[in-house]
Amino acid sequence: MSETVAQLSKKTGASPVLQVAHLSKKLGGKPILQDCSLTLNRGELKVLIGPSGAGKSTLLQCINCLIPPDEGKILLEGRALNVADRRALCAFRAQVGMIFQDFNLFDHLTAEENVAIALRKVRGMNRQDAQRRAQEELGRVGMSRRAGLYPAQLSGGQKQRVAIARALAMDPKVILLDEPTSALDPELVGEVLAVIKDLARGGMTMLMATHQMDFARALAHEILFMEQGIIIEQGAPDVLLAEGSATRTRDFCKHLLEMGA
Amino acid sequence: MFDAAFVSQELLPALNRGLLVSIALIVPSGLLGFIGGILLGCVRAFGSPWARRLGDAYTSIIRGVPLAVQLMMIYFALPKVGIYFEPYGASLISFILCNSAYQSEYIRGALLSIRQGQIKAAQALGMDSLQTIVWIVIPQAARRALPGCGNEIIYLIKYSSLAYLVTCMELMGEGKVVASDTFRFTEVFLAVGAYYLVMVTLATWLLRWLEKRFYIPGFGAR
Repeated sequence: MSETVAQLSKKTGASPVLQVAHLSKKLGGKPILQDCSLTLNRGELKVLIGPSGAGKSTLLQCINCLIPPDEGKILLEGRALNVADRRALCAFRAQVGMIFQDFNLFDHLTAEENVAIALRKVRGMNRQDAQRRAQEELGRVGMSRRAGLYPAQLSGGQKQRVAIARALAMDPKVILLDEPTSALDPELVGEVLAVIKDLARGGMTMLMATHQMDFARALAHEILFMEQGIIIEQGAPDVLLAEGSATRTRDFCKHLLEMGA
Repeated sequence: MFDAAFVSQELLPALNRGLLVSIALIVPSGLLGFIGGILLGCVRAFGSPWARRLGDAYTSIIRGVPLAVQLMMIYFALPKVGIYFEPYGASLISFILCNSAYQSEYIRGALLSIRQGQIKAAQALGMDSLQTIVWIVIPQAARRALPGCGNEIIYLIKYSSLAYLVTCMELMGEGKVVASDTFRFTEVFLAVGAYYLVMVTLATWLLRWLEKRFYIPGFGAR
């Protein structure tokens, strides 16, 4: 945990897209994140698991400064983010996609406008180009036919797919997913996971907090296990979840299984 | 004892004259009050702590003092410090100040009702604070505030009748003069009441139309 960013990237030897080093956050004097470091290489999917309250969501939101971290460094493609520079922060966020547990679509805009608005206002695209791009992205998540509907007219799974299209339209270098299927009815989880699987196969760099262990086991390059604000275990799913491995991760997964989750 | 000559030659011409003045009071103070309410509401919801305190103080004073007293202050007290208004100007200023204070309360509530998650989503896409407020928060807040703000416009139509207190000759003032001259209080004030009722009904229709025009699924019933 005390390695420097340079050492972290040297060790992996691949090209790091996102590096997070020694991130800490206290809320009301209580430490929520303690010295969290991680590196995401191009095309990697890393999965963040851990009990609720472990700080997964806080970590994801600290990475794009929706919750400003107290300490730590964030680097996108090797360039350090200066949190104090508002314009640099906006430019950074425009390159880091974020998917929320409760979708957070803009309620007053249709699916298409939800995708197009940031293209127009942040990327400065004109209306036609933004609409065309929005249609493309909605097609990618199978939502073309519902482009004209408002969030209130969509199911949870459809809303989350629109949210994914909205993030993809910005051509993000990395996408952070905060339990994207936790607020969904069980029968709707599949459609959203299918979209995320497609992205992973397409080589999208992603960091995802989830409780979907089958998904993590099948697709993750690495699992990060968090507890009480600390990343306590980190490794390939086969290793952490191997039969007979005495890892905290395996314990937790067994517990999840027993709970019927 | 319906006196057709009195109604058509004395009462209606006077009330119509007053109606024009009333409309000249209501329309500008409604519009400017609404704009003032949006600005004040934004300051009170999103401003710096000091700006918020200032906005809150303004609102408490305006809401805490009867409009009739404010009107008297503007018309009779301000001249003592060298600021003069004619009756129409004093009424207009007073209504704008009052209307924006009340409107700001509806707008502040609507602004605060926008889910924090949507603001986070806008920021996560790279929007700055101003873009988030203009493109995400205000379009939704305006829809949520519309019924309340409409209600305030209806009040405004009726409290505009207080302008007669500072001798601004609007509908109520003209009515009062005719009534005192002729002692036909019942007929005159029945007619004045009917004029206000018609104005309020028209405003209600207009507001309903606006609500329908800007209807979006998920924001109240059609």
